[in-house]
Order: sequence, then C-alpha cells, then structure tokens
Amino acid sequence: MTRFQQLIAKNGARHRRHRRIVNGVMLSLTGLLTLMALVPLFWIIGYVIYRGAPVLNLNFFTQLARPIGMRGGGVLFAIEGTAVLAILACLFAIPPGVLAAFYAARNPNTPLGIALRFSTDVLAGVPSIVMGLFIYGLVVVPMKHFSGFAGGLALSILMLPTIIRTTEEMLKLVPHTLREGSLGLGAPEWKTNLSVVFPAALDGIITGFLLAIARATGETAPLLFTALGNERFDIGAIIQSGIQAHQSIFAVIGRIINQPIDSLPLTLWTYAMQPYQERIDQSWGVALVLMIFVLLIEIVARMWIEARKRALQG
Amino acid sequence: MKNTSVLKRNTWRERLNRSTRHGDIPWSLLVGAMAILVLVVVLAIAWMLWTESADARAKIGWDFFRPTLDATWNPAKDIYQAWPFIYGTLITSLVAIILAVPISIGIAVFLAELCPERLRLPLNWMIEMLAAIPSVVYGLWGIFVFLPVVVAPIGKFLAPLSSLPSFAGTLFTGPISEDGTSRLAAGLILTIMIIPTITAISRDVLLAIPDTQREAAMGLGSTRWEMIWQVLLPYGLSGILGAIILGLGRALGETMAVTMVMGNANEATGSLLKAGYTMASLLALQFKEAVTPLHTDAMIELGLTLFAITLILNLLARFLVWQVARRTPQEARA
Repeated sequence: MTRFQQLIAKNGARHRRHRRIVNGVMLSLTGLLTLMALVPLFWIIGYVIYRGAPVLNLNFFTQLARPIGMRGGGVLFAIEGTAVLAILACLFAIPPGVLAAFYAARNPNTPLGIALRFSTDVLAGVPSIVMGLFIYGLVVVPMKHFSGFAGGLALSILMLPTIIRTTEEMLKLVPHTLREGSLGLGAPEWKTNLSVVFPAALDGIITGFLLAIARATGETAPLLFTALGNERFDIGAIIQSGIQAHQSIFAVIGRIINQPIDSLPLTLWTYAMQPYQERIDQSWGVALVLMIFVLLIEIVARMWIEARKRALQG
Repeated sequence: MKNTSVLKRNTWRERLNRSTRHGDIPWSLLVGAMAILVLVVVLAIAWMLWTESADARAKIGWDFFRPTLDATWNPAKDIYQAWPFIYGTLITSLVAIILAVPISIGIAVFLAELCPERLRLPLNWMIEMLAAIPSVVYGLWGIFVFLPVVVAPIGKFLAPLSSLPSFAGTLFTGPISEDGTSRLAAGLILTIMIIPTITAISRDVLLAIPDTQREAAMGLGSTRWEMIWQVLLPYGLSGILGAIILGLGRALGETMAVTMVMGNANEATGSLLKAGYTMASLLALQFKEAVTPLHTDAMIELGLTLFAITLILNLLARFLVWQVARRTPQEARA
C-alpha cells in the first residue's frame, strides 16, 4: 500500500466514525427536544390541578361571587356567561361557516373560491385582540354599551376559520360515488348536498364545531372590550323577574345578551390580577375547570376525527 | 275540469323548477353569498381599523412610529409615540422565534422521520395540546411558577452579558426584577406557545416530501441525519419558513399570557431583563380606560399596525407553503 492509500484508509475510517457519531448525536437530540417540549405541558397541567383541585366544591359551581374579603362564593356567573357566549358564537358562526365550506369544497379553483380560502387564512391569523377592536367599533360604539351580544359576535369571527376549514375537509372526505349516486337518481345539487353529503360528513363536522368551541371558550382578549365582564351577572334572577313582569321569552333573551357578561377566562384574568388571596385561589379553580373543559373536548374531538379518517380511507 | 287544474299546477311548478334549476340557483346563490360574507368580514376589519384611527393618523402622523425608545405616551397631554410597544412586540417575538425554531424543527424531524409508529399519534397530540391550553392559563402559571422558578434565575445568569459591546450589551442591562417580570419572560413563554404551531406545519411539510428523495439519499450512502440535514430540510425549506412565519404571527398577536408576565412598565430601555409593553398588552390594559378620544384612536392605530404586520406575514407564509405544495407531485403526497 502506498503512503497515499494508507492516508485515505485512515482518514476514511475517521471520517466514517465522525459521520456515525454526528448521526447518533443529532438523532437523539431530536428525541430529547421532543421530551423537552412535553415538560411544560405536564408541568402546567400538574400544577393547575395541584392548586385548583382544593378550591373546587359544589359552591364553586352553584354560587355567585361574594364581595371581596368574604370567603366562599362561586363562579356560577362566569359559567353561565361562558355558556351564553358559546351559544351566541355558535349561532353566528355555524350557519355561514358551513355554507361557505360547501362553496369552498365544490369550487376550490374559482376566483371566489381562492379569495375565500385566502380570507379564511387571513382571519385565522388576525390577532384575537384585533377582533375585539373590530367588534368594539362595529357593535359597542353604535350601541353605546358593552354586551354579551358583542362578545358572542367577536368569538364567532374567531371560530369562523376553524369551522370553515374542518367542514370543508370533512365534506371533501365524503366519497364521490355517494354524491354521484344521488345526482344520478335525479336529485338536484342542493338536495344532494343537504340530504346526502352533509349527513355523511356530519359527525366529522360536529367535531370541527367542538374544536372551534373549545378554542373560543379559552379566549380572553376579544372579550376585554366587548363582553367586558360582569360579576353580578345572574341568569336566574333575569328569568325570574321576566316571568314576574310577564315578559315574552324574546324580551328575556334580549335582556340576557344586552348587558355586560362574564366568562371563565375573563374571570380568571380579573381574579388573578387582584391582590386578594381568596381571589387568586379561585382563579386557580377557574383555570382547572377551563383546562379540563378545553382539553377534554380537544381529545374527544381528535379521537373522533382520527377514527373517522381511518374508516373513510379504509 | 279536474284534469286541467292538475295540469295547470304542474306547469306552474315546472316553470318554477325550471327557472331555478330545481332549486339549485337559490342554493348556489346562498352558498356564494356566505363565501362573500367571509370576504366582507376581512375587508370590514381592515376598513374599521382604518377609519376609526383616521384622527390619530391625521393628528399624530409619522411621529407615531418614530423609532426611539425614549418616547412619550401621555394621554393627559395627548402625545402618543408607539415605538416602545412596537419594539416590545418585535423583541419578544424575536426571542421566541430564535428559541422555538430549532426546538420545533427538531421535534418535527423526530415526529416525521424517527418516531416509532406506536408513539407517533400520542406525541403529536401532546404537542398539539400545548396549543390548546388557554392563554390565560399560561399567564397564571407564568406568574406563579414560570417567573420565579425559570425566568428569574435565567435573568440573573444572563445579567453579566451587559458588558458586551454596543447593542448586544444594552439587551442585557439588568438587574432583572425580583419577581422575574420582564420582556425575557414574555419571550420565553411565547416560545412554549408557538412550538406547536411551527412543529405541526414543519412536520406536515416533511411528511409531504416524496420518498424517492429519501431513497436516493440513502442509496448514495448518507446516514439518516445527512439525509435529513442535506436533503429533506433543504427540500422543504420554503415550507418550513412558512411555518416559522406563521409561528411569528402567533407570537406577535398573543395577548393575555404576555400581559401577565411582562410587568407592563414603560422604561426608556431596550433591555430584555426589564419590564415593558407589547402592542397587544397595551391594548388589553389601556383600551377600556382610554382618557381622550385621541387616546382611543391612537390605540386603534396600534391595532391597525398589528393587523397589517400579521396580514403581510400571513401572505408571505401562505406563499411559501403553497410553493412547496406546488412543487410536490400530487401522487407522492397523501
């Protein structure tokens, strides 16, 4: 062997070892990073349970807020408010969202279809606090007061992109043969869509709604200057006084959504910023309730979607 | 006669059916109208922010954006210079991006290329759970756990870097406050919050790369890491850039968690270890308590700025992701 060949052989071996080591180090590093990212997840979940669980009791869910300084009391007002806001947001977001998704699924390449997909992307990227500003200008300023109506509208715009995207995706998963069969039997397009394609995709679409609701209920920023927050919000009292005054159901609903309203994340934020220990303890309780609610929906919805995809793709 | 009346009704119905193509025309109009509505919402947001901030734009002019940290934001005197807030948003997002990008790409590589099949789904879910935790819960955890346990020690550790020359030194002018509230804290908590965004999209980009690329690289004798580093990442580069930009967009607009850990004080310093505001946190804290009409308008202009930045970033990101999708042959995806 010449000296040159020896050199090649030696360096080649060293080079190979170097490559092997780099390979091993970098590949295990990626695994390590994945583990590292899970640390905050379990840390947050664990700590919120640790601080929040002792606060939760029946009163927490069934009573209104007590004045500062008094122990006890609950966050019923925030739970009611969250429910009202979520219902309003669904009412405003689901019908247009689903119909727009029908358009997007059928016409992906028309100018309007491209514009629709583009604006869905933009909406998904708009900071949620900017949504709050928008609804403040659109609703709160003309009405001259903060209201649950404005809060629901703000959340609905937030939900819109999620609903459109998941619905579109689910509609596209419905096998073509199904719609062709319906059209071939002479059903018009709209009937095919509403009574064949839509039911076939329905459970997937509902999981999309669930995901959107979960995200929206966790949001605070768009509610800061639309729903504002209202510790004295009490649906029971409104309904009772409505019945006593023989008001119609619409008048009662109007009164419910026409005043400032609280929600769980909003309460969490106001309580956490107050220098009173009981309030801070309660904010941990709220955090736990909120987190369980959101994560539970997220997990159930994802399992559902996964099962569905598997069933459809065979 | 009985017969003709039946015939008449049929023709009336038939005419309606024919003129609406059995209801398809109303249906397509309805569906199209809803598609247009979504478009209108986006335009309305832009229009609303533009018109509502008209006063501020007219009265303050470009002074609003003058890049000086020694700026005044004084509602009592109606003087508004927004640079400290813009700077706060940019610097915290920058910290988050610098830290989150390598971590997220590492995770994406692991999930797409290396992860055992059985672990893939649960790991994917857990990473995405990080995005599902509400921002206020991050904030609460941030105040009581993250600040004292993680941020304050890191801040103390970084403080000696203030002796670095020029700009780098001013970034670390300490000391960090006792409780740890600082721009650094906001940057670190944003890092955790944007990891799922960047990871999920980068992972999808990697999964979309055709297997022929992998086979070719392995066939030429590269190690797995060399395949990832020299073939897959360059191939998916523009898609991954898109993911990074979307993550940046999320960091820029994040409000609650940042507001809760940032300390919200206005000091004329660019230091990471000092408290500050971001655009979003200023809106969250001051908008409701606006003192004068111009104060409100100035904050809406801040919202407009935020909207414009995220809009441009989204355009850029979509363009990059779209480029990858276009280059990838249809049958190789799935």
